[in-house]
Amino acid sequence: MTKSVEIVQNVLDSNDRIAAGNKEIFNAHQIFAINMMASPGAGKTSFILRTIEKLPKGIRLGVIEGDTAPVTIDSDKVVAAGMPAVQINTGGNCHLDAVMLEQGIKALPLEDLDLVIVENVGNLICPAAFKLGTHINILVASIPEGDDKPYKYPAIYRGVDVLIINKIDLLPYIDFRMDYFKAGVEMLNPDLRTFVVSCKTGEGMDAWVSWLAAQVNAVKNK
Amino acid sequence: MHELAVTESVLRIALDAAEKNDAARVTDIYLTIGRLSSIVDDSVQFYWDHISKETICAGATLHFNRPPAVLHCLDCGQDYAMEDFLEPCPNCGSVNIRVISGEELQVDHIDIQRKEEQ
Repeated sequence: MTKSVEIVQNVLDSNDRIAAGNKEIFNAHQIFAINMMASPGAGKTSFILRTIEKLPKGIRLGVIEGDTAPVTIDSDKVVAAGMPAVQINTGGNCHLDAVMLEQGIKALPLEDLDLVIVENVGNLICPAAFKLGTHINILVASIPEGDDKPYKYPAIYRGVDVLIINKIDLLPYIDFRMDYFKAGVEMLNPDLRTFVVSCKTGEGMDAWVSWLAAQVNAVKNK
Repeated sequence: MHELAVTESVLRIALDAAEKNDAARVTDIYLTIGRLSSIVDDSVQFYWDHISKETICAGATLHFNRPPAVLHCLDCGQDYAMEDFLEPCPNCGSVNIRVISGEELQVDHIDIQRKEEQ
């Protein structure tokens, strides 16, 4: 005879608990932390490099790069730009989870930082499910990906606090219906804070960086 | 392929509950996974067959409850289900909508056989 045992537990509970611990570490060091997600090639690393260029002096940034293979191309670029970076090789895994991030955090000089950007693995499906313990999640979308992405990948649009629309300089060359794209975003995540930028020309970056600096300073002065 | 991580969590939750209840074997696992959760059943099943081997969950049947996403239109009040593709309100065409459900990812309950019953 079988017996039924009631559970009703979120499958990713244990990840979420570790994520909460990560957030406490960030808070204890008065660091504002960002989980940045995007498809491969949307311009995540370029966006970080542009942000470093524009960031006010006095805001100290550290970067955690998630990659599926042991290549340090992305973290090398950040180090070359003068910021500490840690590479997490996910060993073929398609997303970062809270445990992997915990390892990355420990490898950063937290005492010397005000802002941490986590560059997640390029993927629009898997990273959406795993909380990391950052203060916000941001999604970098880009014009060449097409205007149907919110419709095809609703979960990732649901879970983000800020949307960056990158490569806006390519708009004249690509059939991208901005109204259609934004309608999809509106249905999934009403009033999502959005910055339209080009990492190529620098357009729109000032507005993003001044918003970001305000968030960093709010956490720093707590 | 994040189904591997999800399936490992399901196994851990089931084994924990089984141990607390003196189970000799787990026969069935009931999951609710909303359509917005981007999880593929077949993929979970595939990983399950591998990772549950040599545990008391080996051979347990996975039951998938896959409720559709339910959306609510703030303009006309219509509730409607999203199947595979996100659509504006079918009644009035508005995009002023809210997602009410469809993001569930949970273990509801498991069926076990107790040790003394073997």
